[in-house]
Amino acid sequence: MAGIAVSTKINGDNAEFLCHPDETLLDVLRDRLGLMGVKEGCGTGDCGACSIILDDRLVCSCLVLGAEAEGGRIETVEGMAQGDQLHPLQQKFLEHAALQCGICTPGFLMAAKDLLAKNPDPTEEEIRFGLAGNLCRCTGYDKIVRAVQDAAGVMRGA
Amino acid sequence: MVEVTLWGSLATAAGGNSKVEIEAKDIRELFKRLSECFPGLEPLMDRGIAVAIDGTIYRDTWSKELPTGAEIYLLPRLAGG
Amino acid sequence: MNLDPSHSKRSFSSVGTRPIRPDGVDKVTGRARYGADFNMPGQLVGRILRSPHAHAMIRKIDTSKAAQLPGVKAVLTAADLPDLTNGDAAMYDILDNCMARKKALYDGHAVAAVAAIDARTAKQALKLIEVEYELLPHVTDVDQAFAPDAPLINDTIFTTGVDPKPDCPSNVSMRSQFGHGDVDAGMAKADFVVERTFKTEQTHQGYIEPHACVASVGSDGTADLWVCTQGHFVYRQHCAQLLGMDASKLRVTSSEIGGGFGGKTHVWAEPVALALSRKAGRPVKLVMTRDEVFRASGPTSATSIDVKIGALRDGTIIAADATLRYSCGPYAGAWAEVGAMTAFACYKLENVRTVGYEVLVNRPKTAAYRAPSAPMAAFAVESAIDELAKKVGMDPVDFRIRNAAQEGTKASYGPVYGPIGIGPTLEAVKNHPHMKAPLGKNQGRGMACGFWFNFGGQTCTDLNIGMDGTVSLAVGTVDVGGSRASLSLVAAEELGIDYSQVRAVIADTSSLGYNDMTDGSRGTFSSSMATISAARNAIKILRERAAQMWDIPVEDVTWEKGHAVAKGETHGNLPKLSLKEIAAAAGTTGGPIAGHSEIVADGAGVSFATHICDIEVDPETGAAKVLRYTVVQDAGKAVHPTYVEGQYQGGAAQGIGWALNEEYIYGKDGRLQNAGFLDYRIPVCSDLPMIDTQILEIPNPNHPYGVRGVGETSIVPPLAAVANAVSNAVGVRMQHIPMSPPRILAALDA
Repeated sequence: MAGIAVSTKINGDNAEFLCHPDETLLDVLRDRLGLMGVKEGCGTGDCGACSIILDDRLVCSCLVLGAEAEGGRIETVEGMAQGDQLHPLQQKFLEHAALQCGICTPGFLMAAKDLLAKNPDPTEEEIRFGLAGNLCRCTGYDKIVRAVQDAAGVMRGA
Repeated sequence: MVEVTLWGSLATAAGGNSKVEIEAKDIRELFKRLSECFPGLEPLMDRGIAVAIDGTIYRDTWSKELPTGAEIYLLPRLAGG
Repeated sequence: MNLDPSHSKRSFSSVGTRPIRPDGVDKVTGRARYGADFNMPGQLVGRILRSPHAHAMIRKIDTSKAAQLPGVKAVLTAADLPDLTNGDAAMYDILDNCMARKKALYDGHAVAAVAAIDARTAKQALKLIEVEYELLPHVTDVDQAFAPDAPLINDTIFTTGVDPKPDCPSNVSMRSQFGHGDVDAGMAKADFVVERTFKTEQTHQGYIEPHACVASVGSDGTADLWVCTQGHFVYRQHCAQLLGMDASKLRVTSSEIGGGFGGKTHVWAEPVALALSRKAGRPVKLVMTRDEVFRASGPTSATSIDVKIGALRDGTIIAADATLRYSCGPYAGAWAEVGAMTAFACYKLENVRTVGYEVLVNRPKTAAYRAPSAPMAAFAVESAIDELAKKVGMDPVDFRIRNAAQEGTKASYGPVYGPIGIGPTLEAVKNHPHMKAPLGKNQGRGMACGFWFNFGGQTCTDLNIGMDGTVSLAVGTVDVGGSRASLSLVAAEELGIDYSQVRAVIADTSSLGYNDMTDGSRGTFSSSMATISAARNAIKILRERAAQMWDIPVEDVTWEKGHAVAKGETHGNLPKLSLKEIAAAAGTTGGPIAGHSEIVADGAGVSFATHICDIEVDPETGAAKVLRYTVVQDAGKAVHPTYVEGQYQGGAAQGIGWALNEEYIYGKDGRLQNAGFLDYRIPVCSDLPMIDTQILEIPNPNHPYGVRGVGETSIVPPLAAVANAVSNAVGVRMQHIPMSPPRILAALDA
């Protein structure tokens, strides 16, 4: 069959797939690998709902071609929890009700994880600008910012 | 006998009467009598009408009784978003 | 179902707490399944071909080449959708909107559809469909469409609500009027008058999840539809009707929904997906692209509103008058009517008149958006009120307090109010620290009030008690923002058990009786009423079973804190029976224990809110930054206060976006120019500050706990609060929403 063979690592596990040259990583993750945590909100890199971490870099998976994942390390929301232990960000999002409909939540968790990896003690402003690439229509962002602040504290203290 | 106030457009369809007296014990009967007395109201009623009884709006409870002396007001049947 | 008389003294054990929601873990781990997260074996990909013209006759559609493309399993046009609406004009409009029958009425109007084995083939097939259009003059602006010489969109539309009936068709489908007293006489008495015209541009609900569904129709006529929707029962009804299917044969399952705000209360793609599936004999997955969502779902109205308000020297508003023109898309609608009802609803007025006009335009069919029509009317009125307060020489809050509606006031839309919260929200705002915070250069503060009706509706709930004593709560109102948590709290409260023992799910249309949509702020209000009723029915049975187990009369059994308690002198010594124990014995006492409720929840109770906003304007760029924002709103009774706060904050954020930047931009060619999130820019995290909330609780006498709907009211004040703040910051009355940088610069230059 026509297609590019790709070998990559997803959430620590080896993954292999075939994809068309013009297929996005978003479509590969959802349609070929069944990782539905990644969401398509716009398909043009404007909403951040498809955010993943690729080689320690936060990206919109709709702007990455499937073939570009060759040899890379991909992290998605499905890899955040360790068994039944939620990541502090996930736990704090729940405690602060930082989600209403929840469609933007996987993208925000990825963005927040990436933000805190690079800046473990961000100010409110740094959090707001760090998350400005992710759209939320339900919450007004207030509780999201509080959840990230709280999780950052836990992650620094733990 | 209850006194019913019709909002502007409904009043126009009822020949300009904004207050009408109707013999009805509940909302169902009220609607029936209104279309009998004012055939011009029927298309508006098909679209949907809500009834406010002493300020509380009822959209679907047609069995709701109309207490004597209550303020009864007809409004368009609205929906939200 | 009326307020428990003991409500005011009642201390709740579950209601009012803030536990984690039952669907929470799924949503933070990516396990939750939304509209596009479901697949069926053998499914095809559906795509829709859309008109690139704002207004055109469809002369011919040739689908032959598309049908012959290998991999294409079905092609659809309006010819495949016979008119089964049986004279129902509203349903006919929905049918035509789902697939154009004679004319393309807006840029994005569906004209054909295909189902193919994969997305690439479907996309290719669309390109092979040949449509012959004959262009017609178009009109997209509400004021231009209102003018008598405007291009006519529908020659069967004669303005209703006008006497005598007009002899020429027009773009105005209806005129409505509300009010009382004598406005002209009142205005003549006024010492101060403000008269202005305001304009608001069209916006979209902006939900992040595009419309998505999977439809599967069997050759025997049974069908399944998985779809993100605010009302799966309504979707079932509409789809069944449009396609000539038995509603009972169509099972609709509501997926998790990624935002709706009123925009997922109407069908667009779903009947098409079902029709494609029926034709192809295979499941069809149809997902809208973001571009399609903006061009071809249901944005809100653009408006043009004239307001005139007069006050006496002592600060009493003596007359209020408004004429409201709202766009409804290319079909008849009833949007200005709602604006006309809500415009002056916050105030006690001796003389008031509002007239609404529904105006057709070549834009997508207007759909509901969170307190539909109210925000725009509030913008116009609250702006004028602010200006009038200044003229009278009164503080804006005090001016409103003086004129606020109260219990016993005749509302501007007609009925007399019961106990309401406008006064309390104003008093709370007056005393709020936000009002006293100092302002700096180029900064302005604005406040505004808002009103919304809230609704009840048909609601069914099943409460089943398992053999282990845990409770399954099946509800029919889609959970858009955490209501499963609230309803579990209510069930736990009534039964006297722990929240952790209750699991709430949204049942599909085959598993529960009809439920109206989750709209009108009715989700928690109606389903909580039904849950309370179902729980009380279950408790009746639990008492009967306990009576059996004890062999005593049921009259001697009460239910307290999750236990059956034997009362009376002869058996007061019997140890209590827990719900768990009674459930475990259910098999031998009469079978599984459940409580059901099928009700019409009515008496939702109106709600009021007052917002405060601080804005800083950059005089060089015209950019406006929100520095501080406060929401004060009456919730009646907050079942889960965190989710109530969330509704307040979310509505405020949408209103802020609407006020400062969101608008549909149409070119002279009648095409939408900004059909994406880059150029239709909703607020991002860095645009907003923390949003302070204050929940007031003035109980709704028509709900056992006093609950009022909360979801919508918070979008009503922000347009005005922000506009008043900007007007104060720049020293010019802002009359056009959104107040994007070019408009603010123009105001500064004026």
